[in-house]
Amino acid sequence: MSSFALCLAVSAALFTLGVVGVMVKRNAIVVFMCIELMLNGANLAFVTFSRQHGTLDGQIFVFFVMAIAAAEVAIGLAIIVTVFKNRASINVDDVTMLRR
Amino acid sequence: METLLYLVFGLAALVGGVLVIVNRNPVYSALSLVLTMFAVSALYVLQQAYFVAAVQLVVYAGAIVVLFLFVIMLLNLGESDNLPAASGARRFVGALLGVTFAGIIGALVWEYASTAGVAAGAATDAGHTKHLARLLFKNYLLPFEIVSLVLLAALVGVIVLIRTRGSGLDASEADHV
Repeated sequence: MSSFALCLAVSAALFTLGVVGVMVKRNAIVVFMCIELMLNGANLAFVTFSRQHGTLDGQIFVFFVMAIAAAEVAIGLAIIVTVFKNRASINVDDVTMLRR
Repeated sequence: METLLYLVFGLAALVGGVLVIVNRNPVYSALSLVLTMFAVSALYVLQQAYFVAAVQLVVYAGAIVVLFLFVIMLLNLGESDNLPAASGARRFVGALLGVTFAGIIGALVWEYASTAGVAAGAATDAGHTKHLARLLFKNYLLPFEIVSLVLLAALVGVIVLIRTRGSGLDASEADHV
């Protein structure tokens, strides 16, 4: 098995783990961690394809993904802290007001 | 030898990812996330993306996970506030979705990897970071600047979100008005 296929497989598995985690976990912080897992899977695919094609554009995209991920985590955790202040819970099932 | 390293670090990344989901204590989940970040960074190094690997360590393992741990400790979450386990239906849907996803992506990877030839890469070995910088500051200058604006907006947004009503800033504003 080539390193290329191996890296792609790892990236796909990381993304899948992230999806499953988002579906299964109820702790909002852990759900966020699973989103990070998905982003890491995508980043790994970017770098792998970048190597395969001999260009560096994929690595540039990884930078942008990382920057946006940092911003997203900061805002997401701020939202979680605010929700916790108001409801004293970080269970994602407790925040369903918009569904009704 | 190299394939062995790929295997070891790929496996470490997956083990870290599984532990993130399996652990009940969010602190342990965050630490497992560090394991995944390190392993992915090692995979970047193996693929000669040295600068991306360094940034991965600094930004993810250094900043983002610390932010997670910070919030976990700020909210004082531990094993003590045990959330009830996910319902059976949700677990089933999650597992089903996971299997479907893994199947689709695995099939795509298999298809692509079997048709793609030997890696054409390794064309940009010397002065790697210099090439990267040239690309970033020439071809991708506008997105780069936009990202800086996004980060600034996130910074301001977080401060506005976190600020409580009765804080000192609001009180002094009320005095002036």
